[in-house]
Amino acid sequence: MVLRYNIFRLFLSFLLSISAITFLAAQEHGATPAPASNTEHHVVDSAGANHSTEMHADVDHNSAHAEGGHEEEPFSPGETALHHIADANSFHIFGDVYMPLPCFLYAPNFGWTIISSTSKFDAHHHGTGTKAIDGYVMEHGEVKRVNDESFPKGEVMIGEFSHVKDTTGGKEKVTSFIEYQGKTYQLDKKTTWDGGLMGGGTTSYYDFSITKNVFTLLLTFFFLIFILTKAAKAYATRPNQAPRGIQGFIEPIYIFIRDEVAKPMIGPKYEKYMPYLLSAFFFILGLNLIGQIPFFPGSANVTGNISITIVLAIITFIIVNLSGNKHYWEHTLWMPGVPSVLKILILTPVEILGIFLKPFTLLLRLFANITAGHIVIISFVSLIFIFGKAGESIGGSTVGAVISVPLTLFMLAIELLVAFLQAFIFTMLSASYIGAAIEEPHHH
Amino acid sequence: MYTAIGAGLAIIGVGIGIGQIGGKALEAIARQPEAVGDIRANMILTAALIEGAGLIAIVLSFFVK
Repeated sequence: MVLRYNIFRLFLSFLLSISAITFLAAQEHGATPAPASNTEHHVVDSAGANHSTEMHADVDHNSAHAEGGHEEEPFSPGETALHHIADANSFHIFGDVYMPLPCFLYAPNFGWTIISSTSKFDAHHHGTGTKAIDGYVMEHGEVKRVNDESFPKGEVMIGEFSHVKDTTGGKEKVTSFIEYQGKTYQLDKKTTWDGGLMGGGTTSYYDFSITKNVFTLLLTFFFLIFILTKAAKAYATRPNQAPRGIQGFIEPIYIFIRDEVAKPMIGPKYEKYMPYLLSAFFFILGLNLIGQIPFFPGSANVTGNISITIVLAIITFIIVNLSGNKHYWEHTLWMPGVPSVLKILILTPVEILGIFLKPFTLLLRLFANITAGHIVIISFVSLIFIFGKAGESIGGSTVGAVISVPLTLFMLAIELLVAFLQAFIFTMLSASYIGAAIEEPHHH
Repeated sequence: MYTAIGAGLAIIGVGIGIGQIGGKALEAIARQPEAVGDIRANMILTAALIEGAGLIAIVLSFFVK
């Protein structure tokens, strides 16, 4: 009887979650009538409504096509996934509610622009602003800059956004434009120092803002400081007693890192490296776990952002190479007992490459695992929109939700495992690289 | 498109490699259940290293036009 009751409850909660998701899906993509608060924003749109034809004349790309920013675009799971794992200047909470964050922007010829909150862009729908501040505008929660001397400074109302897709050279590149007083201006994205490899490059401004990722990073930082100092203080106030409260969670992890990671990998000098290993473990674990929460305080993809993992890997790189002893450098640069020709031609170049490849795989592993997990989850959620033709068919959405909810739950469970596993692997590999660098020679 | 095929081929190799590690680790655990801790740690370490090779291949496939 109890079993049957539990199964019924499970089924009911399953149905509830499906109907909630279907309802959200229908609302998000306009099956329900638009709320009244949007009327003002449509007036702004209609002011610049007839620019679309000019756009076609202005921009002459081979395979380009311009489309209005607020027209209902066909649903694309790939673009949705990339948009959701990307960083943003404002934090999306639900519907059209965004948490405003401060912006610190620097353009080399213009100077600093400090915008105290992204709500000043006056966004109405999908995080797309209706105001330009000193030539900066916000589109889909992302700040962009008008790269044009003639654009007015200060706060001005702007017209509609439009995009041009350029698929020449095998890669799709989207350039955004805004309309202001009958003229269209091209928008620059922020500078990313990837040498153009990931589609970025040096543009007309730099973005040092507190973004969604930075906000979550700081939140996790203060949370970790709070619980870890609380656990540490408990050892001072209640010495030689059984752990209580948060200690009970921290202590097994500490013992695990010490006994299973640091001691076997590093050897007798392990104590010196424990602070770094534990910091890296708790930091990555905290960020991974907060990234699993699909709503407000979480939802930022911090460890799935390559900048974060690059910094973590650089710290490991510095620690490994600064603590490397004579033995390590000898075996890296001039391996004993091997003919010189072989050393110069093969061994030394490969070993030097290896110094840089180790942190490189370390940063990629964390980045790729977390990003891949998030993309898979968003793809499963996208099934609802694909089956429901982006909100047109409620029946289709329901079928999509029936398929999508268990798959998403399954994937979230896998991601929970991955969150711990990747934090553990990062720590263990860092420890093994440090161990290899400080190993004492043993002659037979 | 060719880069996608290249990335897929790299993943086949990595899949075979990690599958072998998992299978052998299970065999080893079945033979010596008391060494399960050591075997698991080494299994994850080796799998992570192989995964690194696959990741390098995938990233290169992004960069090559």
